[in-house]
Amino acid sequence: MELFRIKNDIPFMSYGRLTTAISLITFLLAVFFLWSKGLHYGVDFTGGTAMEVNYPQAANIEGIRKAIADTGLKDVTVQNFGTSQDVLIRLPLVKEMSIAQLSETVTAALKNADASVEVRRVESVGSQVGDELYANGGLALLLVCVGIMAYLAIRFEWRFAVAAIIANMHDVVIILGFFAFFQWEFNLTVLAAILAVLGYSVNESVVVFDRVRENFRKMRKATVTQVIDNAITRTMSRTVITHVMTQTMVGSMLLFGGEVLHNFALALTIGILFGIYSSVLVACPIAMWLGVSRANLIGDVEKKNNEQEAEATP
Amino acid sequence: MNRYPTWKYILIAVVILIGLLYTIPNFYGESPAVQVSPAKASLKANAELLSKVESTLALADIKFNGIFLDANGVKVRFNTPEEQLKAKDKLSANLGKDYTVALNLLSQTPSWLLAIGAKPMYLGLDLRGGVHFLLEVDMKAALDKSAESSVGDFRTTLRRERINYFGISREGQKVEVKFDSAAELKKAEKLLSKDYPDLTYTDSVAGKEFVLNASIGEANKLKIQEFALKQNLQTLHNRINELGVAEPIVQQQGFDRIVVQLPGVQDTAKAKEILGRTATLEIRMVDEDKKDMATLKAAEEGRVPFGDELYKDRDGNPILVKKSVVLTGDRITDAGPGVNQQTGGSVVNVTLDGRGAGIFKNVTRDNVGKRMAILLIEKNSTEIITAPVINEEIGGGQVQISGMGNAQEATDVALLLRAGALAAPMEIIEERTVGPSMGVENIKRGVHSTLWGFAAIAVMMMIYYLVFGGVSVLALGVNLLLLVALLSMLQATLTLPGLAAIALALGMAIDANVLINERIREELRNGNTPQASIHAGYDRAFDTIIDSNVTTLIAGLALFMFGTGPIKGFAVVHVLGILTSMFSAVLVSRAIVNLIYGYRRKVTKLSIGQIFKA
Repeated sequence: MELFRIKNDIPFMSYGRLTTAISLITFLLAVFFLWSKGLHYGVDFTGGTAMEVNYPQAANIEGIRKAIADTGLKDVTVQNFGTSQDVLIRLPLVKEMSIAQLSETVTAALKNADASVEVRRVESVGSQVGDELYANGGLALLLVCVGIMAYLAIRFEWRFAVAAIIANMHDVVIILGFFAFFQWEFNLTVLAAILAVLGYSVNESVVVFDRVRENFRKMRKATVTQVIDNAITRTMSRTVITHVMTQTMVGSMLLFGGEVLHNFALALTIGILFGIYSSVLVACPIAMWLGVSRANLIGDVEKKNNEQEAEATP
Repeated sequence: MNRYPTWKYILIAVVILIGLLYTIPNFYGESPAVQVSPAKASLKANAELLSKVESTLALADIKFNGIFLDANGVKVRFNTPEEQLKAKDKLSANLGKDYTVALNLLSQTPSWLLAIGAKPMYLGLDLRGGVHFLLEVDMKAALDKSAESSVGDFRTTLRRERINYFGISREGQKVEVKFDSAAELKKAEKLLSKDYPDLTYTDSVAGKEFVLNASIGEANKLKIQEFALKQNLQTLHNRINELGVAEPIVQQQGFDRIVVQLPGVQDTAKAKEILGRTATLEIRMVDEDKKDMATLKAAEEGRVPFGDELYKDRDGNPILVKKSVVLTGDRITDAGPGVNQQTGGSVVNVTLDGRGAGIFKNVTRDNVGKRMAILLIEKNSTEIITAPVINEEIGGGQVQISGMGNAQEATDVALLLRAGALAAPMEIIEERTVGPSMGVENIKRGVHSTLWGFAAIAVMMMIYYLVFGGVSVLALGVNLLLLVALLSMLQATLTLPGLAAIALALGMAIDANVLINERIREELRNGNTPQASIHAGYDRAFDTIIDSNVTTLIAGLALFMFGTGPIKGFAVVHVLGILTSMFSAVLVSRAIVNLIYGYRRKVTKLSIGQIFKA
């Protein structure tokens, strides 16, 4: 079976304007939603308590709300998730109470209302920790960007490094935009997913860039546009197959992973879908506009190759 | 050209064999077990303890199917939970309070595997159930307390040397001593700086007052804080030992934090109560000159006499106690509940260490007939447990604290005292609890995600790339095997995000094989011979594979550096997964392809799916 029977190179670069426009619009939309709606941070970042409780029968949400309201706690959200027996309760930080007391108070109130309740998971995070995670998350993102750019700049050329990072930051912002638009919970695992996506979709750009470099060597007469078009066309099949495979795995997580992995898998899914698009159709035009050429890409590499060949032929 | 030298095949075979060996333990189930470990640092887990446990069980006629000694203590494996419970009761009755007897689950891995260090993966709390706490030590309180005890020390020293001063107090973390002449001040400064060289002294004049300021130097501050943390760590260790948890983790994190992990603990309320009782204990004198109703009333309205503090006892009566601390809880070496022979009331018997005993003797001698208050200080609240009258000088460091409501209270207070008081109050700033059923479910979720994803990928790869797809799937299987083996070997903590990372690692690792297979197809399309195509395909794809893995590795390392808890678990697996995938996707798949095609005389066609030739 072969899915991709492409005779001639697809002139991707001539669609550059169109694809960049699409990117720009989605990007701006994402920024807009991030600005207007903001991210719905999980307790990891905001501090507070999230409790997952389970009942042997369908949970009485109103009853739970009332039981908790009776303890005097405010701003509590109670909602079903997954099944009607599973309930997620969220509480903000309370000044007068330590987080340990908070979860005990709620547990006691729930047990009082219905002894059959089972507390399956409690996550309580104080404000100190939340702030730190926030800062560390930002630092990690920065470090990934700098690390990847440095590597690409050494391995290829700064133009590619810049193009790849722009393309992938655009993915990150779009993922965040989705999370803001749908108000999905943004927690630590989602952050991990985003960083993983960053590493992963840079892969994508790297594969194309590798081919671009190779083409510059092989296709001596071709223009830069032709070289890039050919590189994208030749790697298309691999791009699609790989992403389908990875997405299969992520889809399996989405299906079987349960509540904790759900948003993680969602972030990966969006990241993978936009990763295909951006690493090819955003990174390449940007690299082109930044002025990638045969000379600045393989200038010294070629010299080295010549030396090696000279050694190889005694 | 598509043949590996023999050593390469052997190397790959050996790696896979080792991988298999270290993966196997994960497939043995767990059986109920009991773990006996010494509760005190002075006791060692040794062969003697082993034989003691063995003979106890033999006497009680309880069957077990394995007994081991390791660094933590003696572990005994049983066939049924009933035997496990019976053994626990017998052992804790026989061994006394010097040893902790905890219920545990032990892997059924046979001993020959354990002997080569092959163990199942170490599951994190979210997979086995349990509690995780992050506690923060209140360092300001530690420094305040240190300054407060300096006040007491100064007072004693100055009195002993008959130096006249008219005021001594703690201002923040500084001690202020006031004199009415410069000569006295100089004398005091010379004396104090000799006796307490850790403090920094400055003096100043304000009108007629000559003031000597003593503050804690920066280096000393660090020392006090470090000590406070160490003391709290030790105290938590002791308290957790009393709880009887099989494999607790109590670790310092950063400069002022402590991580406590209690796997398998189901009664989280009890655990929190014991840990969360961030109590420190102080013994101070009651201000007997200020016990009249008027002064107490005024104090309750906020006019507390200088040098005193107002607290309430258990019945709610206000008592003014002096600010200076006689003794702190760290001088207590043992405590136990008891009964007063004369009154029949519940008491706590306390043993003090040498220095504590000395101080206590002096104080009781000087204050016969006065009351001494025992304060329990918890975060934001201080309570006087009891304020007994000193009847006589108490020497020898044996102290009886009366005033306990009942036997249970005496036991609780004794536990608190014996477990050692904290050097500074602590607060729980993060709590993560996972119920045991949730843990099992999380494992199921993670494993199902991985296996179904793997199966789907396998089917698609084999349909699309035929034999080469099969080779890729085999390589992916080896990848999974090596990853699990590596995790088992390193005993890295596996969390649910870690399980997700295994799945993701496989999903990403297949990229290398897709790259290779596509390259081979391309070479064939360009009219190369099958053998040359295989060779060129692997060769050319290699650079790309390296490049793309390095970028993923960078992301993984950043996550590892900045991640905490579950994220760190994700990062570890992510990074290891990249390493194993490089090995399996490149070396292993090539070896298999070589074995299939490399030794044929004539290969006319590769089974890599249909190839469209332009």
